[in-house]
Order: sequence, then C-alpha cells, then structure tokens
Amino acid sequence: MTSDLLEVADLTVDFGAVRAVDGLSFTLAAGRSLGLVGESGSGKSTVAAALLGLHRTSGAEVGGTILLDGTDVQQASDAELRLLRGARAAMVFQDPLSALDPYWSIGAQIAEVYRVHTGSSRRAAAERAVQVLDRVGIPDAARRAAAHPHEFSGGMRQRALIAMALACSPKLLIADEPTTALDVTVQAQILDLLHELRVEHRMALLLVTHDLGVVAGNTDRVLVMQGGRAVEHGPVAEVLGAPADPYTRELISAVPRLDARRAASSVAAGEVLLSVQELRKEYPVATRGLFGRRERLAALDGVSLDLHRGEALGVVGESGSGKTTLGRLLVRLLEPTAGRILFEGRDLAHASERELRPVRRELQMVFQDPLSSLNPRRTIGDAIADPLRVQDRIGEPQARTAVGELLERVGLPADWYGRYPHEISGGQRQRVGIARALALRPRVLVCDEPVSSLDVSTQAQVVRLLAELQREFGLTLVFVAHDLAVVRQVSDRIAVMRAGRVVELGVADEVYENPQHPYTRQLLAAVPVPDPVVEGDRRVARAVLASASAVQ
Amino acid sequence: MIRFLLRRAFSTLTVMLVLSVVVYLVFYAAPHDPARLVCGKGCDGVRLAVVRHKLGTDLPLWQQYWQFLHGLLAGRDFDAGTDVTHCSAPCFGYSFQTDQPVLGMITARLPLDASLAVGAAVVWLLLGIGAGVLAALRRGGIGERALTGVTLAGMAMPVFLVGLLLMMVCCGYLQWLPFPSYVPLTQDPLAWASNLALPWLSLALVMAAAYARMTRSALLETLAEDHIRTARAYGLGERRIVLGHALRGALTPVITLLAMDLGGLLGGAQLTESVFGFDGIGRLLVESVNTIDLPVVVGITLFAGFFIVIANAVADLLYALADPRVGLQ
Repeated sequence: MTSDLLEVADLTVDFGAVRAVDGLSFTLAAGRSLGLVGESGSGKSTVAAALLGLHRTSGAEVGGTILLDGTDVQQASDAELRLLRGARAAMVFQDPLSALDPYWSIGAQIAEVYRVHTGSSRRAAAERAVQVLDRVGIPDAARRAAAHPHEFSGGMRQRALIAMALACSPKLLIADEPTTALDVTVQAQILDLLHELRVEHRMALLLVTHDLGVVAGNTDRVLVMQGGRAVEHGPVAEVLGAPADPYTRELISAVPRLDARRAASSVAAGEVLLSVQELRKEYPVATRGLFGRRERLAALDGVSLDLHRGEALGVVGESGSGKTTLGRLLVRLLEPTAGRILFEGRDLAHASERELRPVRRELQMVFQDPLSSLNPRRTIGDAIADPLRVQDRIGEPQARTAVGELLERVGLPADWYGRYPHEISGGQRQRVGIARALALRPRVLVCDEPVSSLDVSTQAQVVRLLAELQREFGLTLVFVAHDLAVVRQVSDRIAVMRAGRVVELGVADEVYENPQHPYTRQLLAAVPVPDPVVEGDRRVARAVLASASAVQ
Repeated sequence: MIRFLLRRAFSTLTVMLVLSVVVYLVFYAAPHDPARLVCGKGCDGVRLAVVRHKLGTDLPLWQQYWQFLHGLLAGRDFDAGTDVTHCSAPCFGYSFQTDQPVLGMITARLPLDASLAVGAAVVWLLLGIGAGVLAALRRGGIGERALTGVTLAGMAMPVFLVGLLLMMVCCGYLQWLPFPSYVPLTQDPLAWASNLALPWLSLALVMAAAYARMTRSALLETLAEDHIRTARAYGLGERRIVLGHALRGALTPVITLLAMDLGGLLGGAQLTESVFGFDGIGRLLVESVNTIDLPVVVGITLFAGFFIVIANAVADLLYALADPRVGLQ
C-alpha cells in the first residue's frame, strides 16, 4: 500500500542488551488515527521516538524500516530528517513543562520552529505563532505569546505544545501520553481539541497512551503492546469490544469502570470516629509592594466532615483542590490554620508532637509515590519495622517476625526483609508502604493517591488488597485520588473537592449516578471510558455541558 | 526590585559591621604592640606613651572601635599633640607606619587590581567556557583533550610558577612582551594591555579549569533535558540547539561563580601581584599584617568584604535577569 502515510515494518530497538521493541509492523493512512497502548515498559514511547529518528543520538540500535511520507527514516541523512521533524510529522510530549525551554517565551519557541522550516521573516513567524496559539484556545494569544512556560498552567502548556506541532501544518501528529500529566477535565479539553484539529486539518494521529479510555474516543485503530511486541492490532471497537488476546482481555478487565457499582459495602458504619470542623489551612504566598501585606493562599477553605467507624470515604478532586492537604490534616501531619480535628472526642488541631505520639499509631498514612516515601538506604524490612521499634519498643526477633507476617499479608514473600526499595517494582513498593502503615494496627488509614503511579493491572491488585485489608482489620479508610473510577471501587461515601472546599458529599452510588453539583457532573463527564461508542456520545455531552456553562 | 536592593543594602551593612568587629578583636587580642614597632629602637617609656596616644592604642578597645566607627560614618579628628588633623567621612584612619590616609592607599591601588581581575576574568571565561563546551560536545576529541590538559595543568600549578615560567619564556627568551610593570589604562591603553597580558594569562590559567568543569557538567545536564529533545523533534539543527537552547541554561550557574571570583580578586591578588612585582592591594595587606598596621588591615578587610557582598548581590540580580523563573528574594 503506497497510499499509507506511515509504514513501519519489522521495527526493532535495542538499548545495549535490552530489546525494547521487537519486530513491530503497522501502517497509518493519511488522516487516520492509531492508538499505541501498553503498560510502562511495553516500548510504546520508544516506538514514537523511533518514527522521527530520535534514537540517533542516544546510542540505541534501530532495525527494520520506517517509511514516513516517502522518507526512509532509517536511511535519511541528518539534514533530511530535520526537514521531516516538525514540518511533516510533529510530536507532542507528556510533560509540557519540561518539554518547553524555560528561558524562551512560548511565542518565540513556536516562531523558531516555523522559521527553521519555512525560512519566513521573524515578523511572519511571530504572527504564525500567535495564530496557532489562538487556534488551540489560548485566550489573548497575541499578549500571552510573550509569556514563559512557567507562567502557563499545565493545560495551557499542553495547548502551547500542540500549537507548536500545528505551526507547520504537519501530516502526522505523534502524541506521546499527551494528557497523562493533566487533570481529568483538562484532559477531556485537550483530547477534544486534538480531535477537532485532526478533522479540520486532515492530520493523521498516532496516540501513545496507557489509558484505554483515551484510545477509545480518539483513534480508529489500536495496537496493544506488551514487552516490545504487538499482541493485538485492529479496529478500536473490535479490540476493546471483543479482545482476542488474553493480555488485552486482562488489561481491559483491570480498567476501573466509572459505572460499576461496588461489589459489597464494607462493615456497617458505626459511630463517628474522626470529625473535622471548619478546617482551614493557609500558606503564605508572594508579598506585594514594599510594605504590602503578606498574601495567603487557602489550600483548604473551611471543610467539615465526619468519618464513621469502619467506613471508606473517597475524596476526589483535581490538582489544587486541597484533597492531599485534607488527607494530611486528618492524620495531623500538617497543623491546621483554623478549625478542629476531633478524634474520639479530643481536639488534635493544635496538639503538640508529644501529645500526638500515642495517637499516631491510630492514624496512619499511605503515600502517593512509593519510591520517594521509602528511604532508599534502608531495607524495606527496616522501613516496616521502624514504627514498631519506635512505638512498641520491641526486640529484634519479634520485629523480624512481625515484618514477615506483614509482608505476607500484603502479598509479598515473608523473607524480603533485606531487600531495598530500588530492587522491587512499583506495585511491590506500594505494598511495602501499606505494610508499614498497617504495622501499628491503626484504626484510620488515609491513602493519598495510593495507585496513581502504578500501571492499571497493578492498580487493580493494590485496590483489591486495600479493600480486603479494610474488611479484615475493620479499618476506617480515607481514599484520596483524582481518578473517579478507582475511587468508586473502594468507597462507601464520596467527597468531591474543588478549590479547598467540599462541593458534594454523599453515598457513592448516588453521587456517581445522580450527581447534584454541576462540578461533579463536569468531572464525571470528563472521565474517558474504554468504549468507542460511549466515548462518542460523551464527547457530544461534554460539548453540551461546556456550552451550557458558557451561557451561565 | 526596590525591596531586593534595600534588603541587600541592609545585609551588606550588617556584614561590614561584623567584619570590622572581628578584625578589631583579632588584632587587639594578638600579643603585639604596634606602638613599640612604630617607636623603633631605643624607645623609652615616655616616647612609647606619646606614640601610643598618637595611635590611639592607649584607649580601651571599645573606645578605639567606637572612634573608628565614628570616623567611618561622620569623620573624626586626629590629635597629633601639636596639631589636629580632620579626617572627613568615610574615614578609615591613617596608617600606623606611613601616616598616609588608608582610604587613599587603597584607592590608589584599586585600578591595578581591577585591571588585573577583570582582564583575567575575560581570558579565563573564554578559555574555561570554550574548553567546557568542547568537552561536553566532543568527548575524547583532540581539541578537547588539549584544552582540558592545559586547563588542568594550569590548575595544578601555583600562579607563581606559571607566572615565572611565562615571564621567562615570553619576556626573557622570546622577548615578545616587556617585563610587566603597571601602566594605567588612562595613560596608555596599549602599554596597559601588553604589560598586563602575562598576569592575565597566568591568573586565568589557574582559574579556567573550574569554569571548564562547571560548563561541561552543566551543559551535559541541559542537553539531557526534555526541551532539548523537543528542539530535536522539531527539526532544529545541532548548532542552534547548543547555542540557542542548551548553553543559555548551562551558563547561569557560571554567573554565580564569576561574581564570587571577581569579588574575591578585587580585594587583592597577593600571589599574582608579588610574582609580577605589582604594588597592589594584596601586597599591601600582607605588609600591613606583618607590621600590625591595624587601620590598613581593617580598611582592606572591609573593602574586600564589601566587594564580595556586592558581587553576590550582583550575581543574584543577573541570575534573576537570566532565568525568567527566578524572582528576586
């Protein structure tokens, strides 16, 4: 087929002895879209980089053939490749902050790319930059083009990067996890924008992502990768609707569903165990003027809620909503600016560290990043044993036995005491984090984004483990996360947060099936669902919601 | 901006004050009597008392310090017994040894040290950054190895050895340049440059290695950043990527290093001055310490401290200008 814009045949990429991509073949016709899906380490991003010959400077060995718009990427000279890059095939990266040069203004960076490829005047290039920035929805683009990347929000930065891709009207857009770093409502906006632009410019799209929901609404065909190989390749409706390969099936079943009710509720909720009233946390920000007042930002702006014994409360919200601040205040890792934290009738809001010590064993926390929340120089066994040594002052043999039991309970081999955090996988590290939090048999466990850094299949396992442990230990669980579908799997009640406040609080099924607050509705509409038909409808629904809120 | 300048001015004053107190304490704690040195051989008790009174060392320490501070801020009078000299603010006092005003002694030597420091800085920046960039881009090339070799050798050798060798070769055997003696820039720019060329080079050779190392590692770090990958993915050429995007980020830390080094050198470059026989601030400081010439020592210390604090503030200012993400704190 010579009509294909992109033809990849038998592609292999080797980093030393490691084969990252192993015999991959696919084609992409002009104006069509292909999703490249896989978990971390599947080689999907490596493929994306190979398409533009970006491995040339990295020392990786690339085999097979890549034909992009008539250019043989493998055989082309550096100069020929440069003509291709950005002009005929442009790339959008995952982290738009680090992907843009911090020293240059956004407009200047886009203009530079345009000038390199068109040889136009500085003036014309600057105009083109403003034009594309305007097209991707940057308000007041002419003025904002002079801003630097750090002055843009995450979503705006991703828009800017898409504008850069658009500058030379490429035939192929390669998007490598373009929305992974973004909030769910922003993700929906960016994906809708990509969809619009693709239709408008008849661009082909290669979308690299770990999220099957993102693929469903945005691609015609999908290629599922595992360990550098293609395990399944076909039209998106077929692959997601009737997966033939066992790995694909497993992947799809692991994706948490927004519309799935929770199997069984946890223990019947008892009396109020932990209660916060009018909780406020402020941080000082920049001071204005010479003798100006120090301005303060309220990360948490008057939150009141009760936590009942044995219940699981899900806290959802986007970045900056104050959900992590609330989580840390609940276990008194932070001191509130105002308000009360009542635990068994005692106000912990301003208790001293000495007063808190006995309470600490009751209130424990599992952190988001299991790698950075474990000391890299201490073994995982010591990490788990430390709380026991501090609180119970137990001897070494007892500590070792206790750690062995805990490791086994979270699904790790009991004899892993001497392993270091870097020697185990992300999911295993999070299990260690959970074991450490459980060591003192706490009554309240706050989990702050416990699975957001994990692959879907690992995510499902850890969520299942938490649900089991909750039942077994009669834990009162607070599950803080940005992913609404994951939260639904574990929660009896849901608190939806926005800008430091709880905007909706209710029984999980009611909040998901009959949301009352407009923001909850917006949030739910933004979650991508791994079903192409549903996603198509949801895109329309989002547009209606957006225009409705625009009218308001 | 105004807030930043005010805060820096305040911290500069604090540092100066602390410095002066420390220097006073150290020198008065030392078991020497400057009066006895000034008085010379065959000095009797009466004459010694007169000299002590003249120098002011007969007063308690805190009074001496108070007079010094008063002179600095509001001027002071010196009573030499027969006549009274007024020294207007800022008064650093008079040298115990030569009776010259300290401020004049320092400012007379400042053009020399400034010429030396600034000229050498230009040379070592060219050498150091050039070698650093080459080292980062062409690891293992001949040019890189040669430049790295030269800078490393320069760092390994003390300035008096490099300086003497250079003088021996360039002025002695080859007679390319005159044996250095300081000619003011305003008097004859060409002679100024040709006389200072060797001091510049030998000082620069000693300093350049640190700059080369820093440039190299910073550039390698920047070249591994995501936005460089973006530049490549959008078809920018290597020269544009390095000069336009990578080097700018890599050179910001160099600003800080340069400001510190320049600030330090303005307070005197003893070794370089001595090798080339220049009568600079560094040499004056060494002589004054040897003769316990307290007013001169205090004056030079304060000057040197002043330059370092100012250089720091300038570095922060430049850093904020160079990096749009950095604000003035």
